[in-house]
Amino acid sequence: MITPTTPRRTARAAALLGALTIVVGSALGTFPAHADEPGTPPAATEAPKVDLILDGSGSMQTADIQGKSRMTVAQQSINEVIDALPEETEFGIRTLGATYPGKDQKEGCKDTQQLYPVGKTNKVEAKTAVATVRPTGWTPIGIALRAAAEDLGTGPTTRRIVLITDGEDTCAPPDPCDVARELASKGIHLVVDTLGLAHDDKTRQQLICIANATGGTFTDVRSQDQLTKRVKQLVERAQDTHSVTPAQVVGADKCADAPILTPGVYTDREKFSEHRVYRVPVKAGEELRASVSVTPDRAVARDYGVLLQATDNSGQELVRGNDAGSGRTDVASTGVRWSAAEDDSDSASPSPSKGSGSGSAVRTVCLVVSNSFAPQAAVQADPGLPLELTVDVAAASPAPDGPAMGLGRGWILLGVLTLAGLLAGLIFGWLARWRISVWREN
Amino acid sequence: MRKLRTAAAMAAAFTGLLLPATPSASAASPSAPPSASASGTAKPVLNSVGTSFLTATTLASGQDADVPVSTGDYLYWAFPAAEGQTPTVQVKVTLPDAADRHGAQTWTVELFDGLRRRQSCTAGPQNGTAEQSATTLELSCTLRQIRSWAEPWSGDPLPGTYYVRLSTTDIPQTDLGLAATVHVHVATKGGADDAQPEGGSLKDPLVPPVNAGATAAATAATPAPSASATYAAAPAEEETHWYSDLFSGWNTRWWWTVAGGVLAALAGVLGYTLTRHPRGHRHHPHHPAPAPVPHQAPPVRPQQDNWQ
Repeated sequence: MITPTTPRRTARAAALLGALTIVVGSALGTFPAHADEPGTPPAATEAPKVDLILDGSGSMQTADIQGKSRMTVAQQSINEVIDALPEETEFGIRTLGATYPGKDQKEGCKDTQQLYPVGKTNKVEAKTAVATVRPTGWTPIGIALRAAAEDLGTGPTTRRIVLITDGEDTCAPPDPCDVARELASKGIHLVVDTLGLAHDDKTRQQLICIANATGGTFTDVRSQDQLTKRVKQLVERAQDTHSVTPAQVVGADKCADAPILTPGVYTDREKFSEHRVYRVPVKAGEELRASVSVTPDRAVARDYGVLLQATDNSGQELVRGNDAGSGRTDVASTGVRWSAAEDDSDSASPSPSKGSGSGSAVRTVCLVVSNSFAPQAAVQADPGLPLELTVDVAAASPAPDGPAMGLGRGWILLGVLTLAGLLAGLIFGWLARWRISVWREN
Repeated sequence: MRKLRTAAAMAAAFTGLLLPATPSASAASPSAPPSASASGTAKPVLNSVGTSFLTATTLASGQDADVPVSTGDYLYWAFPAAEGQTPTVQVKVTLPDAADRHGAQTWTVELFDGLRRRQSCTAGPQNGTAEQSATTLELSCTLRQIRSWAEPWSGDPLPGTYYVRLSTTDIPQTDLGLAATVHVHVATKGGADDAQPEGGSLKDPLVPPVNAGATAAATAATPAPSASATYAAAPAEEETHWYSDLFSGWNTRWWWTVAGGVLAALAGVLGYTLTRHPRGHRHHPHHPAPAPVPHQAPPVRPQQDNWQ
C-alpha cells in the first residue's frame, strides 16, 4: 500500500509547512499577546489602605507572651510589619487608651489618637511613632473603630482595619460589635481583622463578634512570631484583594419594582425571612447565570438554608437553586443557570418581552433571593444579613447533536467493518469463479 | 489504520516543529492573573489564601498552597478545571499546639462550582475530627468528572472555576484563632478525550465575573456587557493549532469511520483475491515435489490453465 517514497514526501511536506508556520508565527509574534489582555484585571483605582489600631490600655503592661510584655511584643511585631510593607500600601496607625492615665471613665473612653496618618509610609517615622506608645488607660474599642473608619475615608475599594488588643471594651456603649456591624452596613467596604493578646472568654467573644460582623478574621496571639506573620499576611491580603468590591444595590420586594442588573457582583442586606428581588434582561440565545451568598454575621440557629429562584414576570418559576446546612459557616450559597428553551424563543410573544425595539426578544427574568437563617434569642434583626449576588449573562449552549451522526469509533468497529469487507470479497470472488466456470462449460 | 497512523505521525511532526514557535505567544502574555507568579514549569508554592468566594486565591493547575492560618478562618482557593478532568483536592492541616487546645475540632473541605453551587465529593474523607492530642489532619475531596455539557437546570460539574472552601465546622470557642498551617494540593486526572457527553460543549465556561456590577435604568434596552467585566480563574485554553480540531470531537469519529471503510475495502480486495488466486490450493498437489521446483518459477499461464 505505502511505497517507501510516500513517508519521505509526507515528512518533507510537514517540514515545509512547519517552517512556514514558524515564520508566520514569529512575524505575528506580538499579535496573540494582545488578544490575551482582556482577561487582565483593571488597574486598581486606589492604593490598598490599612489602618492598624493598637491597644494602649494599662493591661498591655502584663508580661505574659514568652516572657515579654504584650506592648513590647506588639511594638516589635509592628516594626517588622512596617519594614516589610509593600510599596503601594497606604498604612496608618491609631492608638486607643494610650494617653489618658486618669480614673474618669468619661474622659478615658474618648481616648483614641491617630498616631500615624493613613498614607505613604515613611518607615523610620512610623517606627519612631510606634515606639512612643506607652500602656496607659482605658479600652474604647467602639469609638476607635469609628475613628479608624474615618481615617481610611471612603472609596471604591476595600479598606482594612487591623485591631490589636488585649482586653474587652471597657467603654460600652457603644458596643464595639454593634459599631462594627453598623460600619459594615454603611457599604464602605470595611473589613476588621482582630488579634487578641489576652485569652479570656469575654475578649475572645467580643473580637470574634467584630470580625464576623465585617467579614474579617480573628487570631488568638500566643507568640510574637505568630503576631508578626499574621499582620504581614493581613497587609498582603489587603493588597491582593482590595480592588475586588461588589456594587451596592437595594433589591425590591416585588419583581415589577426590582432594580435591573448588568453582569457583575452586587451586595445587599436581607433580613431574616425577607425576600429580595432583582431583574436581569436575557436575550434569546443567552444564558443567565446567577449566584448568591448570604452571610450570617451574627448568632444564628444551627440549621440554615438559602434559596435563589428565577421567575418570569408573572411569577412563574423558571429554575431554582438551593443549599442548606448546619453548624459553623460563613456563607450559605447557591446558584442557577437558565436559558430560554430553543423553541421558546420563537414563541416568546405571549410572555411579556421588554425592549422588543432592538429586534431580538428580550426576556426579563426576576431573581428572588430568600434565606432560612433564624436568629438566636436577643439577636438584632436590623441591618439585615449581608448578601452577595453575582450576575452574568453568557452565550447559551445548545444540546449536543443526536447520536453521533451515524459515525462510529473504536477497534470493534474496525474489526466488524474489516470482517464484513473480507466476507463480501470472498463471496464476490466465489461468485465470480462460479460464473466463469459456468461460462467456460457453456 | 495505517492511514490513521500516518496522519497521527504527521500531526506529531507538526507539533514538534511548531513547539519553538508557541512559547513566544504564551510568554508574551504574563499579565494573566493565575500565571502571574508562575514562570516556567515549576510553579511556586503560594502562601496566600482568600477569605470569601470573591477574594479566593487562584491556584494554577498543579500549584500548591502552604499557608499559616488561624483556626476558625474560612479559607478559599479557586482553581480552574476543564472538561473530562477529575480534580482531587488534598488538604493537610497542621493543627495548633495540643497544649493550647481544649477539645476535638472538625475541619471540612467543600467544593463549589463557578456558580457557587455545592459539588459532591465522590471520594475522600471530606471532613475529619482531630482529637485534642492529634497534630495533623488530612482531608481530600474528589469531584465528579467534569462534563462537557449539561442542561442549564442540572447541577452537574461543568468546565470553569471551582472553589475550595476549608473551614473549621466544629470547634470549642476557646480554641478559635490559634495558629495552624494548611497545605493544599489540587491534582487532576483525565482530559478532554473522554469528556461526556461527546460532542457537547459549553459555550462559555462557568467563570463568574468579579467586577462590580451596575444597575441599569428600567427603560433602557439590554445593556451590552461592559468591556470592563473581569472574571475569576478560567480553565486554561488548550493550545490549539490548525490541526487540533482534526483529532477531537466528531472528527475522531470521522477518522475511525473512514479508516474502517478503508480497511473494509482492503479486506474486500483481499478476500476477492484469495478466491481468484488460491495459491495454497495450487501448491498443495506439488508439495511433495523437490525443493528446487519453486525456484524455477513456472510460467503463470500454464498454472491458470491447470485449475481451469
